[in-house]
Amino acid sequence: MSKDVVTNIILRDDEDYIINMGPQHPSTHGVLRLEVCLNGETVKYVVPHIGYIHRGIEKMCEYDTYKQIIHLTDRMDYLSAHMNNEAVSLLVENALGIEVPERVKYIRAALNELNRIASHHLWWSAFGMDLGALTTFFYGLRDREKILDIFDESFGSRLLHSFVTPGGLMHDVHPNFRKNIMEFVKYFRKKLPEYKKLLTDNIIFQNRTKGIGVMTKETAIAFGVTGPSGRGSGFSCDVRKIAPYGIYDQLEFNEVLYTNGDSFDRYMVRMDEMVESMNLLEQIVDKMPEGTEFTAKMKPIVKLPEGEYFQRVETARGELDVFVVSDGKKHPYRMRFRSPNFSNMFTLNILGRGLKIADLVAISGSLDLVIPDIDR
Amino acid sequence: MNSIVKYFSEIFGGVRSLLTGMSVTGKYFISPGEIVTEQYPENRATLKMTDRFKGEVTMPHDENNQHQCTGCGICEVNCPNGAIEIITKKVPNESGKLVRAIDKHIYHLSMCTFCELCIKTCPSDAITWGHDFEHAVFDRTKLTKVLNKPGSSLKKKEAKS
Repeated sequence: MSKDVVTNIILRDDEDYIINMGPQHPSTHGVLRLEVCLNGETVKYVVPHIGYIHRGIEKMCEYDTYKQIIHLTDRMDYLSAHMNNEAVSLLVENALGIEVPERVKYIRAALNELNRIASHHLWWSAFGMDLGALTTFFYGLRDREKILDIFDESFGSRLLHSFVTPGGLMHDVHPNFRKNIMEFVKYFRKKLPEYKKLLTDNIIFQNRTKGIGVMTKETAIAFGVTGPSGRGSGFSCDVRKIAPYGIYDQLEFNEVLYTNGDSFDRYMVRMDEMVESMNLLEQIVDKMPEGTEFTAKMKPIVKLPEGEYFQRVETARGELDVFVVSDGKKHPYRMRFRSPNFSNMFTLNILGRGLKIADLVAISGSLDLVIPDIDR
Repeated sequence: MNSIVKYFSEIFGGVRSLLTGMSVTGKYFISPGEIVTEQYPENRATLKMTDRFKGEVTMPHDENNQHQCTGCGICEVNCPNGAIEIITKKVPNESGKLVRAIDKHIYHLSMCTFCELCIKTCPSDAITWGHDFEHAVFDRTKLTKVLNKPGSSLKKKEAKS
């Protein structure tokens, strides 16, 4: 029998046993180890153990210049690489008071939304697979491939682009960029009803997600859960709305909010966000100015003035905050990232209690965790 | 009575939802034109990378075995991972004066993260992306490459007219 040191609650009886889920368990989507206390098949508590893919990115940033930091931020949340790049880029631009061209802002917003859809594609595929629907994996990746082709044509890489840099973009986008986006939106609007038929309306899927892992709004706020996971609990936390950056204050879009807070609502938030992202893409393509300028004038060596700087952006998984302390040199004195997944993951202990172990897989899938972002 | 109706409507609703899903997969099952899978490596002959594909860093040489690298070392400084090493030597030019020239441009593919900073900052456009992507080798030392070919020299700048 073991008791909690603080609350003196009995955590584990003698007949309970503890198993490790992960770090090689396929449903943890990476190297996350969940220490699960089980009574039969019922979860008593979950303790996440992290650090299996810790690379020390924050420390490495202290030895790199601001332009070199960009390629490290790609490797935190690799499914929203553009948003991570933009976080550091916006911070440097705001600190130096650089105004990037209007066209760059539109391209960045387009890349963000494409990246968001691609990320949700992979999440949808993997979520279905976690619950035993193998078909979704092929259908989701088929549509994600169309976005990756757009990325491949413009930046030469599919996942880690390092494309958005302080002062603008690495180089100009491909001439076909605008046309390709329009084609993709047209294509995906036709394919999205298939997602509904395949998984959303499926009776097995609905029974396994509805009412499972209910996160109240209070829990979401207390744990700092952001992004689609927080919005599924009715917590309005879209940084694009509450603290607009780039071009987002000139675009019309709705913040998707659901109020039940169960796995199904977190699922529906992401499905509706894909539609919102496509609406945004259409607006961006319509309004994007013509031209070839892709960067503002910047000194080759970027030095931030002494002080503290902060920037927040909305990634596909929630709010990413960057905090920099500069001592006036070309390297940051201290760089700190607040990653959305870290906060989202620790609700597993609250959400999973009293449920079966198969439900824990459904919950961790609905939270959409990316482990390299947690460990950094 | 109500519970019986609910029970059966749930069963039939569930079966209908499963059939709806199977109609989607069945549609693709009978239409082979929708297949998007590529058969690699069978399609190697027709497989083409995009123009901007980041395969590896290469140094283009012209037909006279001449490259454009002056050995300034800017790419070495800008590389965040230390993937580029430049070894220079002194060679006499036409008037007999010793000038700096490149001896070896060493590129460690195993350390490269494809951030493009070296190519972006190169003042003489000496290095560019190659389109080769099959980098798997049995020996790690084979990933360290010397980019300038043996016996190559610096291309003379054309006189500005």
